[in-house]
Amino acid sequence: MAVDSETKKVFDAEAAASLMKDLRGSYASGRTRSYEWRVAQLKNMMKIVDDHEQDILDAIRADLCKPDQEAYIAEISIMKSSCLRALGELHRWMKPEKVKTSVTTFPSSAEIVSEPLGVILIIGAWNFPLLLSLDPAIGAIAAGNAVVLKPSELCPATSSLIAKLVGKYLDSSCVRVVEGAVAETSVLLEQKWDKIFFTGSGRVGRIVLAAAAKHLTPVTLELGGKCPVVVDSDINLPVAIKRIAGGKWTSNNGQACIAPDYVITTKDFAPKLIDALKHQLEAWYGKDPLESKDLAHIVNSHHFDRLLKLLDDDKVSGKIIHGGQRDKANLKFAPTILLDVPEDSLIMGEEIFGPLLPILTVSSSDGPASNEPVKRFVPTVGPLFQTGSLFRRQNNNVTFVDKLEECFDMIISRGKPLAAYLFTNNKKLKEKFVKTVSAGGLVINDTVLHFAEKTLPFGGVGESGMGSYHGKFSYDNFSHRKSVLYKGFAGDASARYPPYSDRKLKLLKALLSGSVIGVILALVGWS
Amino acid sequence: MGSGVHGMEGGGVEERLAELRQTFRSGKTRTASWRKSQLKALLRLIHENEDKIFEALKHDLGKHAVEAYRDELGVVEKSVNNSLSCLDEWMAPKKSKLPLLFFPASAQVLPEPLGLVLILSSWNFPISMALDPVIGAISAGNSVVLKPSEQAPACSSLLAHTIPLYLDSKAIKVIEGGKEISQQLLEQKWDKIFFTGSSSVARIVMSAAARHLTPVTLELGGKCPVIYDHLSSPSDTEVAVKRIVGGKWGPCNGQACIGVDYLLVEEKYASQMIEMLKKIIKKFYGANPKQMQNISRIVNEHHFQRLRNLIKDPLVADSIVHGGLIDEEELFIEPTILLDPPLDADIMTEEIFGPLLPIITLKNIEESIEFINSRPKPLALYAFTKNEAFKRRILSETSSGSVTFNDIMVQFLCDTLPFGGVGQSGFGSYHGKYSFDNFSHEKAVLQRYFFLELEPRFPPWNDFKLNFIRLAYKFDYLGLILLLLGLTRD
Repeated sequence: MAVDSETKKVFDAEAAASLMKDLRGSYASGRTRSYEWRVAQLKNMMKIVDDHEQDILDAIRADLCKPDQEAYIAEISIMKSSCLRALGELHRWMKPEKVKTSVTTFPSSAEIVSEPLGVILIIGAWNFPLLLSLDPAIGAIAAGNAVVLKPSELCPATSSLIAKLVGKYLDSSCVRVVEGAVAETSVLLEQKWDKIFFTGSGRVGRIVLAAAAKHLTPVTLELGGKCPVVVDSDINLPVAIKRIAGGKWTSNNGQACIAPDYVITTKDFAPKLIDALKHQLEAWYGKDPLESKDLAHIVNSHHFDRLLKLLDDDKVSGKIIHGGQRDKANLKFAPTILLDVPEDSLIMGEEIFGPLLPILTVSSSDGPASNEPVKRFVPTVGPLFQTGSLFRRQNNNVTFVDKLEECFDMIISRGKPLAAYLFTNNKKLKEKFVKTVSAGGLVINDTVLHFAEKTLPFGGVGESGMGSYHGKFSYDNFSHRKSVLYKGFAGDASARYPPYSDRKLKLLKALLSGSVIGVILALVGWS
Repeated sequence: MGSGVHGMEGGGVEERLAELRQTFRSGKTRTASWRKSQLKALLRLIHENEDKIFEALKHDLGKHAVEAYRDELGVVEKSVNNSLSCLDEWMAPKKSKLPLLFFPASAQVLPEPLGLVLILSSWNFPISMALDPVIGAISAGNSVVLKPSEQAPACSSLLAHTIPLYLDSKAIKVIEGGKEISQQLLEQKWDKIFFTGSSSVARIVMSAAARHLTPVTLELGGKCPVIYDHLSSPSDTEVAVKRIVGGKWGPCNGQACIGVDYLLVEEKYASQMIEMLKKIIKKFYGANPKQMQNISRIVNEHHFQRLRNLIKDPLVADSIVHGGLIDEEELFIEPTILLDPPLDADIMTEEIFGPLLPIITLKNIEESIEFINSRPKPLALYAFTKNEAFKRRILSETSSGSVTFNDIMVQFLCDTLPFGGVGQSGFGSYHGKYSFDNFSHEKAVLQRYFFLELEPRFPPWNDFKLNFIRLAYKFDYLGLILLLLGLTRD
């Protein structure tokens, strides 16, 4: 197959230049611009996922030991939903947006036309190796661009499968896959792209941005950060625990950009929280998590060692209160909880990206006891729903709110993360959190779910990245929104032209102010 | 002028930034009332200092008051008024409609300020290119540092001295200086950098920003072409030529990013075009080139020499059909028209940014599309035509920051249109709400509730859960109900 033999050759600067020439030629032919071409590619993208679901699950399992169900939820179903949305909305997205004009440019009409940028480079990440390569490609193709994908080399089975399937199903004159590692990525980055979309670490993000600067190429960076979870005591703990633990460990065993990184709660509530977490972990992964088939592995020994290093500090390892089991040969690492590690430790300085969960506590002040368990009825209805009572005793939990300055400062001082989470029923705390904590996205009383909601822009700010995507945001990300102004020949104000005069100045002032009355008055010389 | 006074030492810069960050952290700049008070103060600044501003523009660029008002003060005033009237709407969260599957939940997108922003402005519209982005940054609730161009020293100094008298100097500062100060500023960590200027400096700005992962907006330029399709009506033709002349030499004598760079016309209409251009130039600027009124100067010696060099090449000089007079002392270059200079000469490969207008002739006007496409994407593209099919071709087959049919430059005044480039002409956009958005982070906020939880989200995994998820992602509610009732659709 042409694609396979290509990837066996060395991909050097010459190959990159030649690839660019090919794609520019294809793009210039206008091929990618038609609605029909875009729809055909998107439909074929669906076919990739529909007809090769098992191959994909096998590849992801080979690379990450991700359980099939997890891979299905986190990667395949989101891909499908992305394709479906693009197919359903593309017509609407491609329509020009009419805008109003004012008396300043009268008579005129205006619109904003979306057009593709040209040739796009998408660099995928290893933790969701299918999704994070192909999902951005859906946006780029929907917007009418030619695309080069560089899937992560840390997932060789998935990378190779992507190369094979894209080569088979998509238009290879306009959509290509380049496999490889640092060397190949470097030669790709030397080319002049119309946009680069990168998912990965901040360190590599800087390299990508610096390379893009040489060509003035716009960039979207989807990075990460330390996503905090603030947990108030006055909450429905059984539901909250599932959401916290689920967000942390059921998505690639903590190796996700929006996975909870650490938890902040009060000293008084911590024991309950920890107890509930321990029970939940045992319910999901059994007494020996290393034996569980439902837990993903650490991607490779480099990252395994990185995680070990985070624990390689007496002041940190002594704080492990649950888990800690590991099997380096098989890259297995059990969910591990730590309590009150020093704030200046490495584990609190870097993004963890793994199954370690530090819990930091802030002390409640001496005040009325506010952490009494609130009585509530929590029936479980079959295998499907768990309900909490709609009726709760109101508890303002003033003491924790008083401590929020300290805890929010702690979060803000660590740079803006990709996501931040708060579990509370306290309206004041919630409002303060939403107002004060800057992050890519916030979720109240849940974790990670915003990723699945296509009407919300998904992206970072500050250290967690720039630009966003999902749904129409993907389409816009890979488009140039071109302003178009239509004017006729009537209504030419001589005030625009020299020779200039005071009267012309008056008329211009009126015109620019947008005031029709002002214009009339100026014209008759009254103002 | 002014370069030594406001922050040559690094210590000075860092201290000032620390103060600005502190102000931002205090939350002061986030309230609607603070933002509006600053915008109103800016309006007062413009009104109360109109004469001083005209004087500074006359000094730096020889701009006539009408030109200065039209292109600078009026633009700023319009921007402030627009922001004041729309600010509440812009600041309001945007609610998102969620699918049933997410029930119970609500979602919104909340705009929030980025923090501390750096605005580097250009010399050609030294007031509006400085203050218009500042308006956006303030509207969005940020702290701001403005570094005006040192190549327009009177305007830079005026801004540095007047802004502290009207705006909150704990949140908004002007730092004057040249290359050295710019370098010091670029070493700092900003939450956003907004740059207007040339692509060569833009590369330096973006590379510096890369070190801190700072997002940037680059408003650059390019060779903005005018496609001139023959118009049958003489009155339309006259209007068109007036607009071309006004659009070429009116704004800062050709030194404008969206100014006309060159003109494309069919061979057989070239001489008629040249005659009309000459006539209108005479009408607007007078017959005697040595005493031209109502036209700006070249900004400085450096740019004067640059432009002079463009017409030094004998082959280029030979193609001059009107004008060509230069006066080094006055930094004056007469409106000059060239007919078919060599396409590989600098005048046709570099952005002119001056009063030289090359006319390129084609056999058929539709060839203009290919001509334009073989060059970098410009900030603006202008086309005079009544042919609707040709308009559609131009729109779909070329790419530029913007396209304006049958006029020049006026798209700049339309606040509902995003103003920005693509490719080599830059990225990011502003004006109107786009300014507000440019300096904001759109934060997604998803609010969930406790009283309902879907078990299939969580392990231990089994087939039931997998089927549930399959159907859920398709929003196949009927299928979900059937699944629950034990009737599956296979």
